[in-house]
Amino acid sequence: MDYTNQRTFGHDDDGVVVVIGSGAGGGTLANGLAQQGIKVVLLEAGGLHSRTDFHTDEWRAYEQLSWLDPRTTSGSWRVAQDFPNLPAWICKTVGGSTTHWSACSLRIQPHEFQARTRYGDLEGATLLDWPIGYDDLAPYYDRTEKRLNVTRTNDIPGLPGNNNFKVMYTGAQKLGYECNTGRMAINSREMDGRGHCQQRGFCFQGCRSGAKWSTLNTEIPEALATGNCEMRTHAHVAEITHDASGKVTGVSYFDGNGEMRHQKARVVAVAGNSIETPRLLLNSASGQFPDGLANGSGHVGKHYMRHMTGSVYAAFEQPVHMYRGTVMAGIIPDEARHDEGRGFAGGYEMETIALGLPLAAAFLNPGAWGRDFTRMIDQYDHLAAMWLVGEDMPRDTNRITLNHDVRDQHGLPVANVHYDDHDNDIAMRNHAYQQGSDVYRAAGATDIYEVPPYPSTHNLGTCRMSEKPEDGVCNGFGQTHEVSNLFISDGSQFTTSAAENPTLTIIAMAMRQAEHIGQQMKAQAI
Amino acid sequence: MTHTSLSRRVFLKTSGGALVGTLAFTNGAVAMLAPSRSWAVTTEQFDDHQARTLLTFTRHLLPHDTLEDAVYALVVKDLDRQAADAQVRQQLTDGIATLDRKANGNWLSLDEDDRQTQVEAVAGSPFFKTVHGSAIVALYNNPLAFAHFGYGGGVDDAGYLHRGFSDIDWLPEPPIAVSGTIPNDAAPV
Repeated sequence: MDYTNQRTFGHDDDGVVVVIGSGAGGGTLANGLAQQGIKVVLLEAGGLHSRTDFHTDEWRAYEQLSWLDPRTTSGSWRVAQDFPNLPAWICKTVGGSTTHWSACSLRIQPHEFQARTRYGDLEGATLLDWPIGYDDLAPYYDRTEKRLNVTRTNDIPGLPGNNNFKVMYTGAQKLGYECNTGRMAINSREMDGRGHCQQRGFCFQGCRSGAKWSTLNTEIPEALATGNCEMRTHAHVAEITHDASGKVTGVSYFDGNGEMRHQKARVVAVAGNSIETPRLLLNSASGQFPDGLANGSGHVGKHYMRHMTGSVYAAFEQPVHMYRGTVMAGIIPDEARHDEGRGFAGGYEMETIALGLPLAAAFLNPGAWGRDFTRMIDQYDHLAAMWLVGEDMPRDTNRITLNHDVRDQHGLPVANVHYDDHDNDIAMRNHAYQQGSDVYRAAGATDIYEVPPYPSTHNLGTCRMSEKPEDGVCNGFGQTHEVSNLFISDGSQFTTSAAENPTLTIIAMAMRQAEHIGQQMKAQAI
Repeated sequence: MTHTSLSRRVFLKTSGGALVGTLAFTNGAVAMLAPSRSWAVTTEQFDDHQARTLLTFTRHLLPHDTLEDAVYALVVKDLDRQAADAQVRQQLTDGIATLDRKANGNWLSLDEDDRQTQVEAVAGSPFFKTVHGSAIVALYNNPLAFAHFGYGGGVDDAGYLHRGFSDIDWLPEPPIAVSGTIPNDAAPV
């Protein structure tokens, strides 16, 4: 992989599109634009760690890839108690959180784009239909699945199931659930010059074999190879600047030496993940935009979603060795439907998960001690595990705000992440714990452990798209309602969370947005 | 460097301690890995008594009956490293002193149940949290613990594909349609 810039652009070049963030949204958008001949400056806050640098030591990898700048938390969610300065487990590195993702590649279901219409008006929730529907994204889902070599699509064979899968499958069969090794953006065969999965078990730590798709090993080198894209690493954007007409003019950022730089731009696209993206807009407040850039509606930072999550770990008489092989090795989709008969709106997926011993100790019951805790660890090699991931309710009180009392290394106010579970989230989690436990009981588990949510990896909704400008921050293309040459290009756009892992949708939306930006630039509309 | 500070450095160095022991389980996973049955961990910031107290305290926090003291000693080593910071050192030595005071001299001389009662009494205190925070990482993030608990960790880049990723034989084999076949080319790319 070649990460050399073939071309560089001047800081006063106002013809470039500045893309902030190189993950699923930003990396895909940068390549989508560069392929059209559009000049792109890609700013990444982290450094370049390519696949041969990745570690198979969970804590070392965590230190290498994670976003560890300070953040604060509030609210009644358990993460705020267990990890008060770590609301999210996301990445600060070239490739963003696509270095860390499990590669589970699911489409949002058609009805989930119409959550408000289908679920009704839930008290305490701010549900809204998306301004786009499944059919708008379908052609881009098709392209994304081809691009990522997603297994079980386009005649690509599934990944072979590991031990963790075998346990889930056995239980699923007994309960009448469907279960297979899923749609995964991990090569089951050598394709596109990337090898097949070696079942190493370190999907979360950066894939050393390169079998797992990431923008690091596809979109970014391809974008750079066009000669239309310059990537700058260790570039931490502090503010988006604008002119008197209210159009954005560029970005101010700290470079790797801590020097403040300004890059002019024709268009700015923000893809910093759903905590940093609203933080940047809020930190870009000005006389003209007193509540933050593109925040006339007041929705920037609101409706923060993180998915209903939880895990079930189960011990068996015989060894399982769940850590061997892909982390997301098996999926049960049956509960992802919307069925009010279960006592909650929306649905959830059951997906295998595996943690190595070091992270298992940290995450299985944070803060716990004594024999109840160590009993679980004593069973480590006999454990199977699944992660429960479902739709959570948007709430305007669940939000990202600036904490002016805590500053990062550049002196900028950090993000505070506030979250309270909605009753619907709690009802869904209880149901999911029950069903997940039943799956393992059916497979012969001797002990069952309900494990609380980890710091969030699926951060969504903080600059949501909406039909009407007063209901959200951007339109169905991620273009902000207030500033026509400012785009939101990550999961912040999600109007509702849906049940599925969000990355496939983020990529499909970025491909669609790249075309839209290209057309608008050609038409001189932006 | 003045003579006084040199003396002080020597004093600090010699004030440190050493945790020494013999492996308790001759056939355990740790014994298989260890080059010899005796082990020693030196400390810079703690004397023998303090180091021994921290080790025993950690055994109460995260009790694994068949896990060797040699592995718990890695937590003491990590706390010793953290205690290079004077504030941490103060907090830990104060915490140990408090345990001893409540035990009328030597917490270690209490029987296990009485020690446990005192650990429960300080649960949630800053001292407790510092030891727990260190222990939850240091106790489980080393090759001895990996061997003891049966975690294979990171093998080389060939992974587990041909090393037992699907070696369960106590459950029925799922059909290929819901799983997948192993790629033909065995060599890692």
